[in-house]
Amino acid sequence: MMKVTQISVFLENRPGRLLQLLQVFADAGVNLQALSVADTADFGIARAIVADVDEAIAAIQDAGLTAATTDVLRVELPDEPGALANRVVQPLADAGINVGYVYAYSQRVGDKAVVVLKTDDVDRAVDVLRDL
Amino acid sequence: MIWDHEHETMPRADLERLQAARLRELVARVYSRVPFYRRALQARGLGPGDIRGLADLSALPFTVKSDFRDNYPLGLAAVPTEDIVRIHGSSGTTGRPTVVAYSARDVDLWSEMMARALTAAGVTSRDIVQNAYGYGLFTGGLGLHYGAERIGATVIPVSGGQTRRQIMLAQDLGSTVLTCTPSYALYVAETAEEMGTSLRETKLRVGIFGAEPWSERMRQEIQAKTGLLALDVYGLSEIIGPGVSIECEHQAGLHIFEDHFLPEIVDPATGDPLPYGAKGELVVTTLTKDAMPVIRYRTGDITSLNPEACACGRTMVRMDKISGRTDDMIIVRGINVFPSQVEAVLLQVKGVQPHYQIIVDRQKTLDDLEVWVEVSEEAFADEVRQLEALEARLRHEIHEVLGINARVKLVEPRSIQRSEGKAKRVIDRRDVYQS
Repeated sequence: MMKVTQISVFLENRPGRLLQLLQVFADAGVNLQALSVADTADFGIARAIVADVDEAIAAIQDAGLTAATTDVLRVELPDEPGALANRVVQPLADAGINVGYVYAYSQRVGDKAVVVLKTDDVDRAVDVLRDL
Repeated sequence: MIWDHEHETMPRADLERLQAARLRELVARVYSRVPFYRRALQARGLGPGDIRGLADLSALPFTVKSDFRDNYPLGLAAVPTEDIVRIHGSSGTTGRPTVVAYSARDVDLWSEMMARALTAAGVTSRDIVQNAYGYGLFTGGLGLHYGAERIGATVIPVSGGQTRRQIMLAQDLGSTVLTCTPSYALYVAETAEEMGTSLRETKLRVGIFGAEPWSERMRQEIQAKTGLLALDVYGLSEIIGPGVSIECEHQAGLHIFEDHFLPEIVDPATGDPLPYGAKGELVVTTLTKDAMPVIRYRTGDITSLNPEACACGRTMVRMDKISGRTDDMIIVRGINVFPSQVEAVLLQVKGVQPHYQIIVDRQKTLDDLEVWVEVSEEAFADEVRQLEALEARLRHEIHEVLGINARVKLVEPRSIQRSEGKAKRVIDRRDVYQS
């Protein structure tokens, strides 16, 4: 379990916007370890975990898109039922830490599943989950 | 039917003599009572005696909307405060309303003009007028109201909104005349259909629609949907409110009550007077208004004038339906909106770029105002709710300034087209002007 930097990109909710972002990543040689898109009626937020954050941000800004970075938790878990609930979300709930959103990595690491969690207090969450 | 035969059917030569006499009196009055006009005349080397007739009209200076703002609130008044009995207003370009004052004589004049207008529309003392124009600072509601009472009709002062109740009242009270904005008329018609009924099943027979531009095509749509004879009424608060001109049942142009409101058409670029039939900006001089007379007011509305007598017998000049604006003002649900007002709101909110576009559309039938705003790096947050809070805040601030609900849509930086010259701030997708 570790704190990582997530990249968020503002996208209008219309055809082709996500494609443009993905093309920017592709052209810059940025590999996506995890990707999630949240949407509302008008706009979406694409969130990604990449190996080289600075390089990715530079590519996004060069393309004229709006990006922000956020500290999130990267958690490796046994790939089995109940792992996320019992080992991660329950301890955070017990500690009164709110989870904003969760999404999964596209690849396993060894035999572990990997998830990204956004909480309202990333440092306390790291502390709560330090034994994981 | 004609309310005031003597004036409305006056031979044009007699009418012009009356106008000339009233113009001379007006110029002398504003020269002595309104410092703004005295200075404006002096700047042109004019004294009150220099305006002898209608041919001298074009020598007079124009008055524009910003003159009302610069003399806010009552600097243009020509009577002492104790003679003012009413104040109305419309939205100004900076958020402050443009206010206009009425003496008791002006309220009487206005009632008389609306009595003429309603009579031209075929309304009589036997009619029941459902007045769905807004009551308040806006001139629509009270303007119609006083005119309808003047002719002895029954008035239902229902004001705008609560559409299902409007339909119920029309059914229960047997309303025969509907007065509102044309877009609201269509909305009422569609709401009636949603309720499983139709305005055709009520006693409504005439609609007097104004306060916003509307096209001939929209008239056909309203008439087809409602079975009403849909007539256009024109006015603006700076002149008096509704009742400057109206269509008679022949629907062949709007008769301007020009014994009180002297019209001209000018080239919007040069200000030069244009002849009858030429399209240009409508300029109006209030010949008889008491509390706040206006000399050569630039309405910003594009039309042309036709002096031919109408089949109805009126000799008063007719103006075409308004075919456009000289500025970027848009009229949404009867409310004047200037892009600069929206810009002023955006500049107050941290993290928002002053790059925006206003989209006016008619969703179903009611005008829909959408403001697209570019979101900056500074304002962008990773969480949806923060962005939604930003939208909500912008929506609230726009409502505070404009008094109108707008949808706010955040868009990507640099996605709104940049322009070298004047930015295109407004995309009007409605079909409001004659093509």
